[in-house]
Amino acid sequence: MSRSISALAVALLLGGFVMPAHAASTEADYKAAYAAAESANAEAGKLRNQWTTAVSALKASKAAAEAGDFDKATAEAKKSEQLSKAAIFQTNEQKENWKLMEIR
Amino acid sequence: MRRFSGLAMAGLAIAVAVLSAPPAAMAADTPNPPADLKAFQKFFKDKFPKVKFEDFVNGPYSMDEGLYKQWKEKEEFPPYEFALDLGKELMAKPFKNGKTLADCFPNKGIGIRQDYPHFDAKQGKVITLELAVNQCLEANGEQPYSYVKDEMAAVTAYMAYTSRGKVFDVKIPDDPRALAAYENGKRYFYTRRGQLNFSCATCHVQSPGERIRAEVLAPALGILNAMPIYRSEWSGMGTTSRRFTSCNSQVRGVPLKPQDEEYRDLEYYLSYVSNGLPISGPGARP
Repeated sequence: MSRSISALAVALLLGGFVMPAHAASTEADYKAAYAAAESANAEAGKLRNQWTTAVSALKASKAAAEAGDFDKATAEAKKSEQLSKAAIFQTNEQKENWKLMEIR
Repeated sequence: MRRFSGLAMAGLAIAVAVLSAPPAAMAADTPNPPADLKAFQKFFKDKFPKVKFEDFVNGPYSMDEGLYKQWKEKEEFPPYEFALDLGKELMAKPFKNGKTLADCFPNKGIGIRQDYPHFDAKQGKVITLELAVNQCLEANGEQPYSYVKDEMAAVTAYMAYTSRGKVFDVKIPDDPRALAAYENGKRYFYTRRGQLNFSCATCHVQSPGERIRAEVLAPALGILNAMPIYRSEWSGMGTTSRRFTSCNSQVRGVPLKPQDEEYRDLEYYLSYVSNGLPISGPGARP
């Protein structure tokens, strides 16, 4: 458990410094990244735990694609997907661990 | 770049919060609301031995002497006064069918705030005061109010005002559905959510009395007794629904819809564990 929590923490820390890919992204890259992000966001929604930052990144991705900036659109979609995956992890981790905080 | 740094900081916050979670044993899984209430109230009494029990309903003012003095002065011309006038008017205003909002409630809605929320066996769910108001409006062919402010805040402010001093008396009937709702509310209260990885308890159990930026955090005990509130930050009135949804947003979580099941159950839990404390609403908060 602690290893997976540490992995999440490292992923989030590194995620903060993710830079756009060097190779120019295509519309196809964006569409694939956006679909993955949308799917992860929908799953977080089913778990009743979407993060505002994941939703904002998804919107920013779409806006960048509409402006023809597929590098930014792809990067924002990937960021959104990672944030939603962290939200899903958090939900699952808290299914039992919320009890650790309970006043007894 | 600022966004990336913000994300990295949030990641760090999660790492620190998760990894530093106390290695306490899991709570017993058998629901026992009376035992929860006793432990909950004892926790706050022990944590703040100088605070009088009935003062917990005054939120941050009970935690800070300077704020308490400011609040006492503010209460001479309270910012929620206009809401009280509007609420009184709305309670008595005839619907198109001639009935009024007051007709939907016991004792015409006067002095009954302390009995909400309650579990309604027929509907099989928790009924909060806000939900009861809108159910009344809809049953009489009227448009429901927004759950977060304006008319809803005014009507519930008036109902709270007429109930001041009466102690919360929320009941968990002998019905497995009621107990499940209570447990669901408790789970929601303690569950971490949002990118900042906060639960309601992170601020209102672990940190009451501490500052978060310029604000002093209120204790969870008695926190709903003062609802609805005039909040300087909002420049206006807000309901319990507004408080819950804005708390979720502040931890970077997408709020649920006002009066969704989780929020009603959360209100049920939080109100129950504050049983015995007087209604002090409407309140005024920074």
